[in-house]
Amino acid sequence: MSDDRTFVIIGASQAGGWVAQTLRNEGFEGKVILIGEEPYLPYERPPLSKAALLGEVTVDSTYFWQQEALDEANIEVRLNTRVTAIDRNAKEIEIKGGDRIAYDKLAITTGARVRKLPIEGADLPGVFYLRTMEDTLAIRDAVKDGATAMIVGGGWIGLECAATLTKLGCKSIVVEAADRLCGRAVTPEISDWMLKFHTGHGVDVRLSTGIEKFEGNGQLERAVLPGGDTIDCSIAVVGIGVIANVELAQEAGLEIDNGIVVDNCARTSDPDIVAAGDVTNHPNDLLGRRIRLESYENAQNQGITAGKAMLDKAEPYSEIPWFWSDQFDANLQMIGLPQDWDETATRGDEASNEFVTFYLKNGVIDGAISVNNPRDLRVGKRLMQGKKQVSAAELIDPDTKLQTLLKR
Amino acid sequence: MSEIEYHAVAKTDEIMEEDVKGVFVGDEEIAVFNVKGEYFATHGICTHENVGLADGFVEGDLIECPLHSACFEIKTGKAVNPPAEIDLKIYPVKVEGDTIYVGIEK
Repeated sequence: MSDDRTFVIIGASQAGGWVAQTLRNEGFEGKVILIGEEPYLPYERPPLSKAALLGEVTVDSTYFWQQEALDEANIEVRLNTRVTAIDRNAKEIEIKGGDRIAYDKLAITTGARVRKLPIEGADLPGVFYLRTMEDTLAIRDAVKDGATAMIVGGGWIGLECAATLTKLGCKSIVVEAADRLCGRAVTPEISDWMLKFHTGHGVDVRLSTGIEKFEGNGQLERAVLPGGDTIDCSIAVVGIGVIANVELAQEAGLEIDNGIVVDNCARTSDPDIVAAGDVTNHPNDLLGRRIRLESYENAQNQGITAGKAMLDKAEPYSEIPWFWSDQFDANLQMIGLPQDWDETATRGDEASNEFVTFYLKNGVIDGAISVNNPRDLRVGKRLMQGKKQVSAAELIDPDTKLQTLLKR
Repeated sequence: MSEIEYHAVAKTDEIMEEDVKGVFVGDEEIAVFNVKGEYFATHGICTHENVGLADGFVEGDLIECPLHSACFEIKTGKAVNPPAEIDLKIYPVKVEGDTIYVGIEK
């Protein structure tokens, strides 16, 4: 049976790609159009601050699916294409240049963009952000062995970038406005560990400070600190967070509240429109609240959820948030979004850079962060999922095999 | 058909139930599993990215990659959830006494 419907996806991202793949995996035989503003097929972002910045991988190898695979799945990909409007009454989208495409169902996977640094000189060549493949390629081109790199923001992107640029032979200086690293994501104890770890690898970390302005004659030459001290630097990378790309949805009148508001099946307030990935504000039943997540796993799995919802095969999606980061020789992983824990338990030895810290609330794991110990973290995730009663003492005890706690 | 040659890779008491050990046979990286007292072997590297599965997490008869949580069936090598889409190669295993042998094509 032929299907003459057209399903359009705005955003050739990880989430958008998974929507398209899911439509095909679920047997949809109509037209699938995946529209992307960038010149690249949907690609993996994690390598952008690591292997891709180091030059260890090619652009192609970061693609989730190669062109042949997309062709084979009969997914029409339109790159270098910016969508300028969604007309919900006519059920059409408008492309820059004026062309319109009619849709039967629409998915919005527009992700997020970097927050810009609002200071003088931030637009000088040599000042970069890190979000897209283009950003990574530009930084790689600009990096010279022995250069001083000013990293603005001591969060995940800033720290990964500091580590990678250090590996590339730069002197990395991290300035962070707060009094500790990754302050929004981890406990003060973990922030302290990060500070020691990065300092130990030669990164110059400066807390509770910022950059007053950047200066240079047609090219970044120095950063001016509050108080007037200057630091000569030839590149700067700014990592101070992202802003969800909600504008298209907002102008089309969809419900917005720190992201596009969707239900647990990725459906927006319009029955013919779904949304997935970094751009959504969605309910998480396991956490009991609404969240907007910037994570690999959410982009993939909410994308799959959205694809199913477009086919009226909606399945509620909810999982414990999970993130990872690689910095120097440390693999960090986090689960949950712990807010008000009453106890922490650290298993392993922080000094040896191999441990996991659990956050407990009423004897149940509410989140955890691991350093070079993904296995214990995975067990922790299942303990959390199963709301198993555990004590800090048994989590800390190296003789406790965590898997046995799952049997409770 | 090429011939299979068995290589001793581990002792049975080195791999607890629901656990995994990474071994090498020549240059081939292999993950050896204990599922309810039975031993199985798969290729040691996730088919999605270059990550050792021996650092992964065994649950029942599934191995979960430590990096992106792709899951594979230990007994068949089948990729059961994304981001992995390619199945893992599996190897025949035999146990003699307390020694685990993995069969590799010659």
